[in-house]
Amino acid sequence: MIADRLQQIGQQAINSVRGFGRAGLMLAGALIGKPNLRKNFPLLVKQLYVVGVLSLLIILVSGLFIGMVLALQGYNVLVKFGAEGMLGPLVSLSLLRELGPVVTALLFAGRAGSALTAEIGLMKATEQLSSMEMMAVDPLRRIIAPRFWAGVICMPLLALIFNAVGILGGHLVGVEWLGVDAGSYWSAMQANVDLYQDVMNGVIKSVVFALVVIWIALHKGYDAIPTSEGISRATTETVVTASLAVLGFDFILTAVMFGG
Amino acid sequence: MSDILIDIQHLSFSRGERQIYRDMNMQVQRGKLTAIMGPSGIGKTTLLKLIGGQLKPDSGNILFEGQNIPALSRAELYQARKKMSMLFQSGALFTEMTVFDNVAFPLREHTKLSESLIRRIVLMKLEAVGLRGARDLMPAELSGGMARRAALARAIALDPELIMYDEPFAGQDPISMGVIVRLIRELNNALGLTSVVVSHDVTEVMSIADYVYVVADKTVIGQGTPEQLRQDPSPLVQQFLRGEADGAVPFHYKAAAYEDELMELTR
Repeated sequence: MIADRLQQIGQQAINSVRGFGRAGLMLAGALIGKPNLRKNFPLLVKQLYVVGVLSLLIILVSGLFIGMVLALQGYNVLVKFGAEGMLGPLVSLSLLRELGPVVTALLFAGRAGSALTAEIGLMKATEQLSSMEMMAVDPLRRIIAPRFWAGVICMPLLALIFNAVGILGGHLVGVEWLGVDAGSYWSAMQANVDLYQDVMNGVIKSVVFALVVIWIALHKGYDAIPTSEGISRATTETVVTASLAVLGFDFILTAVMFGG
Repeated sequence: MSDILIDIQHLSFSRGERQIYRDMNMQVQRGKLTAIMGPSGIGKTTLLKLIGGQLKPDSGNILFEGQNIPALSRAELYQARKKMSMLFQSGALFTEMTVFDNVAFPLREHTKLSESLIRRIVLMKLEAVGLRGARDLMPAELSGGMARRAALARAIALDPELIMYDEPFAGQDPISMGVIVRLIRELNNALGLTSVVVSHDVTEVMSIADYVYVVADKTVIGQGTPEQLRQDPSPLVQQFLRGEADGAVPFHYKAAAYEDELMELTR
């Protein structure tokens, strides 16, 4: 009974280590080697469009609303202490340090990550990857690599856009609607936001999240069991695993960056 | 140059617990159309993947032009693959490209030809399969038979030595079936290709093949020209060729005795 249980745990551990191994090999195969700019640049541009530009709408709308909600909630608390002048820093720091990178990564996992997993899983199921291999074209270099780089480039930019729109949303609610003084909204923000400590750390977070989300999405697709059930499971796993990984890494990074 | 393009020697392969091939030998003559037939589920597609180096055998050699495919380095394998091509059962066209770009894909990847030359080659290949007019369609707009022909045009784009067909006749209506049968035979003769056709469609295969291997029970059970094969004394070969439901290959999947199981229910 206990032996069975132990065996099960051991088996699961071995499987997850194997999964990490396969994911690592996939990424190494995709990224190591001489890049061919003439061939790869157009592929990258296409993926930047698919992964980045097409995610823009959801990022803009979410950023705006999260900024507005932050301002509304923050105002209600701050006004009790007569500190509504600090609304600017509250909104901007929350966004730059936490909400921007994290919510962007979660949305990105749902919007672009799941799409990538499904796309690659279906390419596998319809033998497109196999046939590419038989044509002596490495699917890792041709399919995985441009998508990986596109994700890593796009997500920090999307997070920055999210932050900017969020701050404007906060302005809309705080200043235009609730009547916080515009000068104090912006000048308090300017005085309290540090370029390195707040903005750069947010960008670093977002780069880490990008690596994690896109790697998980590509690996789940590439490793999917090539049936309709397998692909649907892989897509779900991408969103769940990537979201949990983002939250986990966020805690670690926050502890390192702002903990001490 | 030797007359044998592919020489499979003592091939054994298993997938997990299940053994698929045991000590199998097979040869494919250059310039000939060799067919591999057998009941479904015996790993005919697996054999093509072994030849293409996508899977590695447990033991044995697979010589392609004298090179042992499983022993090649990655770079050598990719070089060898430029000389072979494979037509997948589904066609496996790239869904995000037009038919034209699909056929141009291997040319753009492996040659430095100018776009105008590529255009000319692609149109020639599409003409050969009768789809020159369909060049601007997306794969989703093609019927199953057309998709397979487009994939065939892509497979011959680089003028390979060897072309492998995975179940080219499966799921085709009689007309597209006729078209594909004719195309396979004509391409083999006109381009001097070596063709390997994996199929279980006995009539079609027997009508075009130069040499036939019948694979069952993990190894080759019969071989020869279609004429020789019809005379083969093996009951298994005869059952397969005539399509009889019961015989050397039993109709029933392995099970406990019928009476015993029924009795158990009443108990």
